[in-house]
Amino acid sequence: MRIRALVVRIWRQLFHDKRTIALMLIAPIFILTLVWLVFNGSTYHPKIGLVNVPSRVSTVLQNEDATVTKYTSTADALAALKAQKLDAYIDYQSGRLQVELEGSDPSKSKAVLLDLQKLELKLSGEEVQQAAKAVQQLQTQVQAMAKAQAQHTGVGQPTGQTGQSGQATGQLTQPGTQLGTATHPAPPQLKQPTIKYLYGSANMSSFDNFGPVLIGFFAFFFVFMVSGISFLKERTTGTLERLVATPIRRWEIVTGYVLGFGAFTTVQAALIAWYSVDVLGMMMTGQFISLLVVTLLLSLTALTLGVFLSTFANSEFQMMQFIPLIIVPQVFFSGLFNLDTMAVWLRWLSHIMPLYYGGDALRNIMIRGESLSSVRGDLVVLLGLSIVFMGLNVVTLRKYRKV
Amino acid sequence: MVTGENREATTERGIQVRAVERRFGKKLVLQAIDFDIRPAEVFGLLGPSGSGKTTLVKLIAGIDEATRGVVTVEGVQMPRRDMLGRIGYMAQSDALYEELTAKENLTFFASLFGLKGKDRARRIEEVMELVNLTDSSRKLVSAYSGGMKRRLSLAIALLHRPGVLILDEPTVGIDPVLRMAIWQELRAMKDEGTTIVVTTHVMDEAEKCDRLGMIRDGRLISVGSPEELKAHTQTVNLEAAFLAYGGVRA
Repeated sequence: MRIRALVVRIWRQLFHDKRTIALMLIAPIFILTLVWLVFNGSTYHPKIGLVNVPSRVSTVLQNEDATVTKYTSTADALAALKAQKLDAYIDYQSGRLQVELEGSDPSKSKAVLLDLQKLELKLSGEEVQQAAKAVQQLQTQVQAMAKAQAQHTGVGQPTGQTGQSGQATGQLTQPGTQLGTATHPAPPQLKQPTIKYLYGSANMSSFDNFGPVLIGFFAFFFVFMVSGISFLKERTTGTLERLVATPIRRWEIVTGYVLGFGAFTTVQAALIAWYSVDVLGMMMTGQFISLLVVTLLLSLTALTLGVFLSTFANSEFQMMQFIPLIIVPQVFFSGLFNLDTMAVWLRWLSHIMPLYYGGDALRNIMIRGESLSSVRGDLVVLLGLSIVFMGLNVVTLRKYRKV
Repeated sequence: MVTGENREATTERGIQVRAVERRFGKKLVLQAIDFDIRPAEVFGLLGPSGSGKTTLVKLIAGIDEATRGVVTVEGVQMPRRDMLGRIGYMAQSDALYEELTAKENLTFFASLFGLKGKDRARRIEEVMELVNLTDSSRKLVSAYSGGMKRRLSLAIALLHRPGVLILDEPTVGIDPVLRMAIWQELRAMKDEGTTIVVTTHVMDEAEKCDRLGMIRDGRLISVGSPEELKAHTQTVNLEAAFLAYGGVRA
């Protein structure tokens, strides 16, 4: 009864405050759309300048979708590179390819290097094919010789001979693509392995990869701010004191807040998830309901944490100060960025961050198609954190009424 | 010091404050407070701001707990949560949800006090009429003037027909006509058996109380009816009496 009154009140307050509703519903959608636009575009096509380069090279590069421009002199290419019209130029001098990268943007540099790698593979592939042909010729010769001699002792001979041709190609190809033994001539599959994806696909964009974490982040961030500030206002305007002068129990206040904002968060989470999956086409292999459950649990953690931390703030501005302290570190540790490259002692920090568990569960559900039961570890942690924060809230309310 | 003469008769009902001390950290806000409030009387707490009036009424309202000593309301030692349903409390600051309408505020608090359905709707209408806000009940509280907010706070405190009514500076910012109406209502409630505690720093309002407690620097300097206090100090008005008790001769 009293809890219901509190829930109804929170809903009415939200209903009267249309701007906050808009913030909670539209802002995530707006930012997700922006992120989608930025990260879901096609892969970057590097701009490469060519000086004096064999036409074979330029054809291969163009096939790789690089934007190729030809320059007559190295100086011209360098000038273009300085003017940021190029990401790199390739100079062919005395039989060697020389590459100079612009280098200020690692992702662009990588795109250039990737194209160069493909170029190298293509060129050496051609040579390997030639070499393979030569080997086959040799083999047929050897077999013919063997037949002719009608002896079975000549096995060592052809090996030595093909070994030579192997060395010759080895200079051109990468070590891994060296030819096999003569008795097993290199199958063409060796150069082009069949690629299978356990999860995801070749078409998966980086948006698909960190999208799940973003969904979790928005659920967390907006609920944290709105519930925290809402409870803070309850303190600063004196209504909390008025509230505790009624027979409401302390845990009823906390539960009312959780249910009131929880109900609203459900709507928010459903909207964000629906928009991400159905409108933006974010990769979604798991069940929609699982996604909702995780988002809801994450917002519950955000809600109880927000209410708890608001106890330590005396104004809205002080509440905002928790953003760099509580929210931003979580972004870095949420899995948005790869944690494996981080120092080991730093990595344990992620285990105290709710967003890490939410992001992990959401990724497992959306990308790997896991069920709720297989991410139960994450769910238990989130629920546990919420219960701890709720308990702390009930205790801190003692400050306002002893009974 | 003039104290209640029929202490024995009032120990079961009314309000008893015994040897109460309240500290906030090292700061001693109330000390050696000892007095009774009789059932169905209007008791005024008179004192300058910062004297500890609000702290004292919070102890009586059961929101705060005394560091030492005992507060009993209607025979029950405070603070007790279930007693809060029998006490009406109006805080010094208007604790209202500004983003809600007046009616929504009242509905919320009425529900917290367990009022429901038709009874709740009727009671809300009654108290709104009482504080003369019926016409503005659908307005957002943020659009209310200071006086209107004060009246709405009072209406909320009256909602559940409490047996004990505690009002912290109830008539600040209320015009004289309405102030008179409110005092008439308080008298009527008193006649029906409600015990009323009012804090004030306005002397002419103090005159309207049945009995008064004067507080200064966290100490109760005197208790008695306005007439008794004036007679005892041989002064003509309460202001002079207050000064006299404080050791200053006007």
